[in-house]
Amino acid sequence: MELVLSLGIGVLSAAGIWLILRPRTFQVVLGLSLLSYAVNLFIFGMGRLTVGAPPVLGAGPDIVSVDDPVPQALVLTAVVISFALTALFLVVLLAARGVTGSDHVDGREPHQEEPRP
Amino acid sequence: MNPRMNPAVTNLAVETAWSDHVTVLPVVLPIAVAGAMFLLDERRRALKASLSFATILALIAIAVTLVVSVSDAPRVYRLGNWAAPYGIVLVADRLSAMMLALSSVLGLCALVFSFARWGRAGPRFHGLFLLLLMGVNGAFLTGDLFNLFVFFEVMLAASYGLVLHGSGETRIRAGLGYIAVNLVASLFFLVGVSLIYGTMGTLNMADLARRLAGPTAGELALFEIGCAILGLAFLIKCSAWPLGFWLPSTYAAATAPAAAILAILSKVGIYVVVRLSLLVFGAGVSAGFGQTMLFAAGLATLAFGTVGLLAARDLTRAAGYAVMVSSGTVLAALGSGNDRALAGALYYLVGSTLAAGALFLLAEILQRGRDPAEAAAPVFADEYRDPFDDEDSVEVGSVIPAGVAILGVGFLLCTLMLAGIPPLAGFVGKLAIFVGAADAPSPTGWWLIAALTLSSLFTLMPLVRLGILNLWVRDADKPPTLARSEVAALAGLLATCLALSVWGGPALAYADATVGWLTQPQDYVRAVLGGSAP
Repeated sequence: MELVLSLGIGVLSAAGIWLILRPRTFQVVLGLSLLSYAVNLFIFGMGRLTVGAPPVLGAGPDIVSVDDPVPQALVLTAVVISFALTALFLVVLLAARGVTGSDHVDGREPHQEEPRP
Repeated sequence: MNPRMNPAVTNLAVETAWSDHVTVLPVVLPIAVAGAMFLLDERRRALKASLSFATILALIAIAVTLVVSVSDAPRVYRLGNWAAPYGIVLVADRLSAMMLALSSVLGLCALVFSFARWGRAGPRFHGLFLLLLMGVNGAFLTGDLFNLFVFFEVMLAASYGLVLHGSGETRIRAGLGYIAVNLVASLFFLVGVSLIYGTMGTLNMADLARRLAGPTAGELALFEIGCAILGLAFLIKCSAWPLGFWLPSTYAAATAPAAAILAILSKVGIYVVVRLSLLVFGAGVSAGFGQTMLFAAGLATLAFGTVGLLAARDLTRAAGYAVMVSSGTVLAALGSGNDRALAGALYYLVGSTLAAGALFLLAEILQRGRDPAEAAAPVFADEYRDPFDDEDSVEVGSVIPAGVAILGVGFLLCTLMLAGIPPLAGFVGKLAIFVGAADAPSPTGWWLIAALTLSSLFTLMPLVRLGILNLWVRDADKPPTLARSEVAALAGLLATCLALSVWGGPALAYADATVGWLTQPQDYVRAVLGGSAP
């Protein structure tokens, strides 16, 4: 399970980093989303991987074997925040597309040929 | 968890005195007022303006109360009355109180400046402004790393809105880059926080310091990697070289009051770096971790900011680079490991932040009218009324006699503060750094002195040049029009700078005592965790 999780995090981050470095704003948004998925999985991993551990809710005397609730709370907060900020980024992206007429991150096309005389 | 299960929570009636709740007010008050403000119609500007003015006045009063009351012992506020390592605490100590006072004074002046014109350039300015202050104040007060993340995000979300305030192509393009950089920085923050939790099992700053002071410190290498990643996130926020290229263009694109209040944002990054490196790495198994890197990053930021200032062709960009210079100074002083130099740097930080804010405001007035495309097309057409053509804006036209003289004096004071020339506070702060560094001679100290001297010279030169270009204009050019609130905002910022210079003795003594308190992390731990500290 450790291998699957770490491969998943690795693939998601690699794809996210590649997309963030791409020139189109939509690719940047997708890259940021993929990276935040990778980070969320990573936070989960920091709570240690367990199978079938009961939640802390109503735990009896055996407090050691329950799942660590803190990373779950952290992930929940991180998911909400990154979701909201991705939505905000999308709005800014659309505004930039509308104002500049280009979806390049610099706001203009890089290799635009000057009209030849 | 409930209190019955937890023997650590023994006394639930500890915090009953009303005066104890003052510590949480800098967070609760702005968010409550901002929330109420979003319900108000966008056209009730006078009401909104007076509400936010009153709120920030109250914040200043609270900050002053805190500065006075925490000089002996810090105030620890347990949210929901949960005991420290389990619940989240707010800690107001000397450093937090000082930063709170700085953010509210800067906030008040930026807000007053926006009354003249810019507050009307787009919707929901006042609500965003108060939310930004709430996030900044929370970041200064919190004693928990993940709570710090939440306050950072509140602050950044509001700052995205403020950068885009006024709309227009330059702002949207700058905002796009700014948001992308900060979203990535937030991901670094999360990775760092979760690594720290995974290795140390706590996110409470005091608990972290206590565990590191103990003999068995767990997976130290992984923990230090986590701290380095976390530090990266803060260094992006305080625009240390090579992570700060986003700052000058973003701040230059933002409207003047927004840029002035954004000047405090980079100082939040500085605050967290100072706080965590002295608390967690001040003593214990990994003492002095990252100090060399901080010193190098500080010097590089100082150099980059100074070169940027030399190259700047307009005042707003120059002000952005001045913010970087001030960040670099504090980082380098922290990295030099010299306590007295750090005290001087903290004093310098307050003065230079106020002066950089004032320079953003001055730059907008001086460059006004040269760029008629400023009032760009609205983003929210349905809620938007032309900001410059309604009956409220009569005040803009009133020409104050000797407007240029006022601007000239203001510019002179800003230049003296930022370049650190006698007799103002910028010089006193730099002198305190020099004295501290020279008293304990070391190679880093001499590097620091050399870098600061050079950066003073090369800050003075471009600012004088820009002043000549902007102020010694021919009579044929129309003198800039000044509204009363704009003069009031500038006067407020510069009067605070002057007061900081006149009462430099007490202020420096406060900074010295602050550093003295920060370098005793066990006192912080004892204050937060009670008697359970070693």
